[in-house]
Amino acid sequence: MKLSKVFWGIVAPLAAIATSLLLVSGILLLKGNPPYETLKTMIDYGFTPRNIVAELNIASSYYIAGVAAAIGFKMLLFNIGIDGQYRMAVFFAAVVGGAVTLPPILHVTLIIIVGAVVGGLWGSIAGYLKVKRGISEVISNIMLNVIAGGLVAFLLQPGRLGEQADGSNNLNTPILATSGWMPTIKFLDGEIHSFLIVSVFIGIGYWVLLNKSVFGFNLRSTGMSFRAARAGGVNAPRMIFVTMALSGAIAGLTGMGTLLSETHSYSISFPSGYALTGLALALLGRNHPVGIAFAAFFWAFLDRSAGVLDLNGVPREIITIMQGTIVLSIVVAYELIKRINQKQEQRLVGNAGIEQISVPKAESEKNA
Amino acid sequence: MASAVEIKGIEKKYPGVVANHNVTLTVQKGHIHAIIGENGAGKSTLMKILYGMVRPDSGTISIDGKDVVLKSPHDSIALGVGMVHQHFMLADNATVLENVILGSEPVSFGGVIQHTAARDKLIEITEKYGLDIDPDQNVAELSVGERQRVEISKVLFRGAQILILDEPTAVLVPQEVDELFSNLKDLTAHGLTIIFISHKLDEVLAIADAITVMRTGTTVASVDPKSATKKQLAELMVGRELPKRREVSTQPSNKKVLEIENASYSAPDGREILHEISLAIHAGEIVGLAGVEGNGQSELIELIMGLVKTSGGTVSILDEDIAEMSSRKIRDSGVGYIPQDRQRDALLMSAPLWENRILGHQSTQPMSNGLWINKGNAQKDSERLVKEFDVRTPSINVMAGALSGGNQQKFIVGRELSGDPHLLIAAQPTRGVDVGAQALIWNYLIEARVAGMAILLISADLDELFNLSDRLAVISGGRIVAILDPEKTTSEELGLAMTGEKIA
Repeated sequence: MKLSKVFWGIVAPLAAIATSLLLVSGILLLKGNPPYETLKTMIDYGFTPRNIVAELNIASSYYIAGVAAAIGFKMLLFNIGIDGQYRMAVFFAAVVGGAVTLPPILHVTLIIIVGAVVGGLWGSIAGYLKVKRGISEVISNIMLNVIAGGLVAFLLQPGRLGEQADGSNNLNTPILATSGWMPTIKFLDGEIHSFLIVSVFIGIGYWVLLNKSVFGFNLRSTGMSFRAARAGGVNAPRMIFVTMALSGAIAGLTGMGTLLSETHSYSISFPSGYALTGLALALLGRNHPVGIAFAAFFWAFLDRSAGVLDLNGVPREIITIMQGTIVLSIVVAYELIKRINQKQEQRLVGNAGIEQISVPKAESEKNA
Repeated sequence: MASAVEIKGIEKKYPGVVANHNVTLTVQKGHIHAIIGENGAGKSTLMKILYGMVRPDSGTISIDGKDVVLKSPHDSIALGVGMVHQHFMLADNATVLENVILGSEPVSFGGVIQHTAARDKLIEITEKYGLDIDPDQNVAELSVGERQRVEISKVLFRGAQILILDEPTAVLVPQEVDELFSNLKDLTAHGLTIIFISHKLDEVLAIADAITVMRTGTTVASVDPKSATKKQLAELMVGRELPKRREVSTQPSNKKVLEIENASYSAPDGREILHEISLAIHAGEIVGLAGVEGNGQSELIELIMGLVKTSGGTVSILDEDIAEMSSRKIRDSGVGYIPQDRQRDALLMSAPLWENRILGHQSTQPMSNGLWINKGNAQKDSERLVKEFDVRTPSINVMAGALSGGNQQKFIVGRELSGDPHLLIAAQPTRGVDVGAQALIWNYLIEARVAGMAILLISADLDELFNLSDRLAVISGGRIVAILDPEKTTSEELGLAMTGEKIA
């Protein structure tokens, strides 16, 4: 059973990618572009050393957003508020970090903690509304995204918490003192944010917490069955609240690599759209930390290599189409696998009933 | 006279349970036909079949003499069958008229709702049948009885000739019951047919023209209400055979494990569900809680498990007041709990069996050290449960949802008996399981009792109550109305006590 799970976990995404490739090829043919050559150009461009580094940096942010979404999914929470949580978090982390000077490691730690706390607090608003007032986290999170965007834009005005460089119309927070910078690592032709290492630990932590700890067991139980968890002594409403906050806290770390190793200040040009990306990656990676990692890199690769399409006269929007169809087909594929597995298992159990568990243990394990 | 409804040989199986078996029912036109039976006797399934909500596996249904196949409620409505559900389905912030026409609005060409025509039709219906409601009132302002009349009008508006009423009196106060009954008489006087589901014997005898009794999924008797007595009906409902008493040598000790004193509970909407319940269970004692479902059993369980809080009185376990204890703490202090709805409340259906072994015990040894789950112990102990409790499964790694109901239940019983709790709350521990599994579960419960466990057994199965209990507590309307000795009580007496009757 274990083995077949891994097998399907690899085959399904590949099948989804193949499906979307077929579709995109069709579109390319209709437009008069040769599909094979176009894709080859993309791959060649996407795998140049310079781009691999850029993709790793983007993927690191995507990965954190994906883990934030995954932890929500485990609780059947659709955290579409990752955008707002990330924006509030990175903004306030930049503001607090820019206002103080501390010994290097302490300074960086402070910035990261502020990010996680602010993201967690922002996420917990939706959690509170859901548990106490029964408001769908989807609705409240969408609202909170808009509020976060407005609030940050308001606070970023010169004279409030932001400043405007001479001759530029970009608004940003004060530049962090160098003690608040995280070093980059030389790799291939570029520099990798060392926050990538933190992302890896977030992934490991996520897996250990969920699968090994009592807290994780309570979380997953509540996600699988609110009532069963409650009857099993879990304070289920509180678990929902805490999970929403935790998802927000992780989402709050999404922009840290960019802030600490690249821009050293928050500005209006910080990217948006992490919520949808994170949710898509969690789906694609099946909430598994390794799966999400592959998905994140793949997504970053697609984003980055789209850049070459315009040069070749191919609309880059086909990448968006591709990403969309991948997500759609993966959802269908996973549902199919789930049903097949269920059927198989029921048949297996049915046999066990008839044979009165006369099947030797080893034998039945093998069948499974 | 033609029969309005004729049902023959209906079979309906759900995975692991037979909900309806060889059901035969004939309802005369213009009759109020009562269908009585205990909970789980298959009444609701049968009515869902007749209303097209559930498709039978086999058997025939004919309406007004014609054989029909009902694929959905649409088909039934078209044939003049309407259903008034126990729980009203009305939009609160709309008027009576809007609620009545919702879903079958009379429209003119171009899709405009003909309010005037609809209003006239509704007034005609309400006047004809003496249903006292105002079409323009907001449903939010109506009493429960009035809401029910709206539901009935809704069904009549769609042209129903046969009305199914699912426990219509369950939500009504006595005066409203009288009103409802006079409405029903009016309806039948106009040639309509009413199928009336109930387990209240008084009401049934007062109003029905014919009675059909169901037990364990099948129709067991047709009774003429003119000549029947309450005692006879109770006998038919619970089964004629007197359950055998088992032989147990040990006596319960004097140590009170669970003590409930004057405990009351009110629902969030203010209704009092439990009224000054007092009950004690001693070590080595099984107390059977008998009662028609929905009389406060679920709330009493939730109270003991700390899932809801009392509005008065105390509940203590081993002399410790649980008022300030979380459900987690109550469980950890040595309370096992077999919920009545195993698939919803007792299992993580999409998690493997071994993970289900942890549920409920996740914060104590040997399943965890409070912080980290001990997977090895969970798997080892799951293997033990599978062996000791004869759980038919190819491995402990299969999803709990893949197992049959009986095997799920054996696993749950095993799990809840693990760690030798002081107190076990066993709600419907053998519902829907086969005879073999039932005997096994009974044996384990008796063994646990002999070993000194205190057990509260909540069951709709009177055999089970008689076979296992040292004392029987009868709950009705949220009160403990009788404490009976199973040795000196007959099932008829118990049945009557459950339906709120004085023992004759």
